[in-house]
Amino acid sequence: MENGNILLEIRGLKKYFRTRSLQYWKQEGLIRAVDDVSMKIRSGETLGLVGESGCGKSTLAKLIMGLEKPTAGEILFEGENIAGYSRGAWRAFRNKVQIIFQDPYASLNPRRTAGKTIGEPFLIRRKGLGKKEIDEHVARLLARVGLSRDQADRYPHEFSGGQRQRIGIARAISVEPSLVIADEPVSALDVSIQAQILNLLKDLQDQLHLTYLFISHNLGVIRHMSDRVVVMYLGRIVESGTNEAIFGDPRHPYTRLLLSAILETHAEKGRKATGGPGESKDMVQPEACRFYPRCPIAGDRCLAESPELLRVADDHAVACHFGIH
Amino acid sequence: MSGGRIVLDIQDLKTCFHTEKGDVRAVDGVSLGIPEGTTLGVVGESGCGKTVLALSVMRLIPIPPGEIVSGEIFFDGVDLLMLNREEMRKVRGKRISMIFQEPMTSLNPVVTVGAQIAEIVRLHEGKNGKEALEYAVEMLDMVGIDHPEKRARDYPHQMSGGMRQRIMIAMALACKPRLMIADEPTTALDVTVQAQILELMEDLKKRINTSILFITHDLGVIAHFAQNVAIMYAGKVVEQAPVGSFFNSPLHPYSLGLIEAVPVITKEWDRKKRLRMIPGMVPDMTASIEGCAFQDRCGYVMPVCREREPELIEKRAGHHVRCWKWA
Repeated sequence: MENGNILLEIRGLKKYFRTRSLQYWKQEGLIRAVDDVSMKIRSGETLGLVGESGCGKSTLAKLIMGLEKPTAGEILFEGENIAGYSRGAWRAFRNKVQIIFQDPYASLNPRRTAGKTIGEPFLIRRKGLGKKEIDEHVARLLARVGLSRDQADRYPHEFSGGQRQRIGIARAISVEPSLVIADEPVSALDVSIQAQILNLLKDLQDQLHLTYLFISHNLGVIRHMSDRVVVMYLGRIVESGTNEAIFGDPRHPYTRLLLSAILETHAEKGRKATGGPGESKDMVQPEACRFYPRCPIAGDRCLAESPELLRVADDHAVACHFGIH
Repeated sequence: MSGGRIVLDIQDLKTCFHTEKGDVRAVDGVSLGIPEGTTLGVVGESGCGKTVLALSVMRLIPIPPGEIVSGEIFFDGVDLLMLNREEMRKVRGKRISMIFQEPMTSLNPVVTVGAQIAEIVRLHEGKNGKEALEYAVEMLDMVGIDHPEKRARDYPHQMSGGMRQRIMIAMALACKPRLMIADEPTTALDVTVQAQILELMEDLKKRINTSILFITHDLGVIAHFAQNVAIMYAGKVVEQAPVGSFFNSPLHPYSLGLIEAVPVITKEWDRKKRLRMIPGMVPDMTASIEGCAFQDRCGYVMPVCREREPELIEKRAGHHVRCWKWA
């Protein structure tokens, strides 16, 4: 894994949204949803992206899918900048990058059978295929995700939440993508079903040599799924590293706060979960560290300059003036 | 833990929904008690009947299609099911209050939060408008809202999810209730905010001596914040125990499955590791099941499980389980 090829590279990616005030005479605000994010995803690995609501993780997914245009920065897929793609190249790209959404209730067309939903991407890609070949393909995919062949004729409302997520996964792998973005794929599911889906995703990764960008707010799920982890806070990467580094040796105060807020049944007795102070999503001035208002170890320097993401060990980087030691 | 007065004592409660597909026995013979000043966690997955249980206690089941078929719900010795509408209305919001999962849908979007809290004490405590509003500001301060006088004039949409849930808690505790029912109060919140809200609930519980019926699917929350736990499956309690005894040695295969299905951060990480999962899914609640409801998903299933339903038996002191394996 360590020396795997870089499948996707993001360089200095920014996405700013202008907010309109109802009071039109007031100045418009600027939301830095993704602010100068750089990272690499290696072929065959699972990169876990973790952060709380509003940290920009879903915006990042949309940018990679080409569903949003970046304000600045580059997204390189297999070494090529996707912004410069021609129409044809876009179509090929869409086959190589697929997404699984959080809510299997909202992301399936209710008036289309499971078989149609799963077969359509394949149909678009391989024009001129007969009905029989597509049916075969759909049946193979259904078996892959643990559904039966006769379920192809059913509509989404006839499936449970876990089964719907299986359909979403089958649709995503229908065109044999190399990168699958999973945006909170198990957050809407019950725990017993969640485990089934996570196991399925791992099996598929082995069988089909998939690369995952796995987005979740759940640290337990991230720990279980990821080879490497990126922690985001308000549009910026605050820490990135191997699974062992992030969970075994967290350096950023926000990563530590996240870990201390987790409630686990196995946790030592008497350990108090803490949420830390505040939950301010208010932006401090742009040059300051985003975590400043909630940070227990902040100093004057944090207000004056935003910390860079600096390497602290092999494959472990932290953006904090004081978290390095 | 035991020995204290029992605030809420539910006896053999059965709540049923009459649907076109047949009767759904959402709560099917549940008996539970909450001693004064303690938290009882009711845990289960979607459709297990935990929310219907809470709504039954509040007598908020829509009738029809719902119906509380039988059972008793003693609250401080009085059977709530015997009260008339007017009497029940005096209990609701004053002596028993409720917090829901999604605060935005339970707050009135066109009324300021201060006025919403004030309304409760005006109705239940007979305070006049000015007193009530002052009290509302006090409550906002108590649940940790900065600048309470200013914030009281804000509308729900001007607040974050965590702040809205604080408002809900302020409303729930405004009349210093004996019992608070919290239905997944932190599920929609970020982890760090969840920790803050749970700390706040714990602190206020001690100050006001409120008992809590805490409904959740998250066993981690229960391990840290409850004294007793009841696991529900398909409308029935399958295991019930003090929290310590439960997490030291869970007895029911479903409880075990729930605990092990959750990926944890404290264990060693191994890329190849798979999660233990509970196969299949919850049974169709309209069909009547012969034997144990968990039989098709259970790794320990025996012939008797498919024939007769197990009883809830006391296996250890205070630790009850409904399973033939332990009978």
